[in-house]
Amino acid sequence: MAKVRGEIVVDIERCKGCEVCIAACPVNAIGMSKEVNSKGYHYMQAINDKCTGCTNCAIVCPDGVITVYRVKI
Amino acid sequence: MEENIKKDNIRKEENLVYIKTKLMTDKVLSYCPGCGHGTTHRIIMEVVDEMGIQSETIGIAPVGCAVLAYEFMNIDMQEAAHGRAPAMATAMKRLMPEKFIFSYQGDGDLAAIGTAETIHACNRGENITIIFVNNGIYGMTGGQMAPTTLPGMKSSTSPYGRDVATMGNPLKITELIAQLPGTYFVTRQAVHTPANVRKTKKAIRKAFENQKLKKGLSFVEVVSNCNSGWKMAPVQSNEWMVENMFPFYPLGDIKIEGELVK
Repeated sequence: MAKVRGEIVVDIERCKGCEVCIAACPVNAIGMSKEVNSKGYHYMQAINDKCTGCTNCAIVCPDGVITVYRVKI
Repeated sequence: MEENIKKDNIRKEENLVYIKTKLMTDKVLSYCPGCGHGTTHRIIMEVVDEMGIQSETIGIAPVGCAVLAYEFMNIDMQEAAHGRAPAMATAMKRLMPEKFIFSYQGDGDLAAIGTAETIHACNRGENITIIFVNNGIYGMTGGQMAPTTLPGMKSSTSPYGRDVATMGNPLKITELIAQLPGTYFVTRQAVHTPANVRKTKKAIRKAFENQKLKKGLSFVEVVSNCNSGWKMAPVQSNEWMVENMFPFYPLGDIKIEGELVK
């Protein structure tokens, strides 16, 4: 069975840290950063390699900060 | 072998599956973290992008939180006086019948000060699309009670909860306008989960395509959260919305192709 590997790229400066993406992620691959961006928000980031590139996080992101890549391996 | 795939190798143009549409400008949205307005803006722009009608679409911004919508949507837009967006949309559609005209309004704009314009535009059956974002509160001005505020719901002007005996009943404007003969497609959706976002996008696409048919007005209500106004964290407010808003404002199509289905 072909496996998929996803990768997210986050526009850190535009992320407002609402955590809606974390609730939407089916594989718990997203967490919040310890650092803050220039506006003082903790931003979302990938915390492990479980991402499957399902785009759920990007679809619910109110600010559209997430870009998703997916590759079959 | 699998572990050897480097992140840089995945981040390539050919592997791209989702990126924010170019029809959204790069300006940072003025909305609070977790607000459904941003998602709604983005899916409208995705629909316009997919239909290839950027140069033929004119949006009308309301007064309310979305007053700066023209800053974020990269299409022709016009700001309307408070509540008067359907009247302006009527004029635009009649002058330019080949354009796709939509108004984007909140509940304070559409269901309070603009009730007359909304009802009459719907009753006349103008061939426009109305996107109605309902969060049950006046978000921009500080969380005051709106006509759509739920019974018992706390707001800054109903701190002990909305008392129906003195403050009146919440207005289900979507059910109300679905009764009018001029509406062709009336639906209520939400944007808090990926599945709901996809359904809402389909509904908005249908609402835009209906403008070509010239059979009446398409109305899409989006039940949204207002975490600042409700004094909750974004995820918590979404849960509160599911538990409290959806029983009163049930999701689903109300009128399809001019026939009531609910």
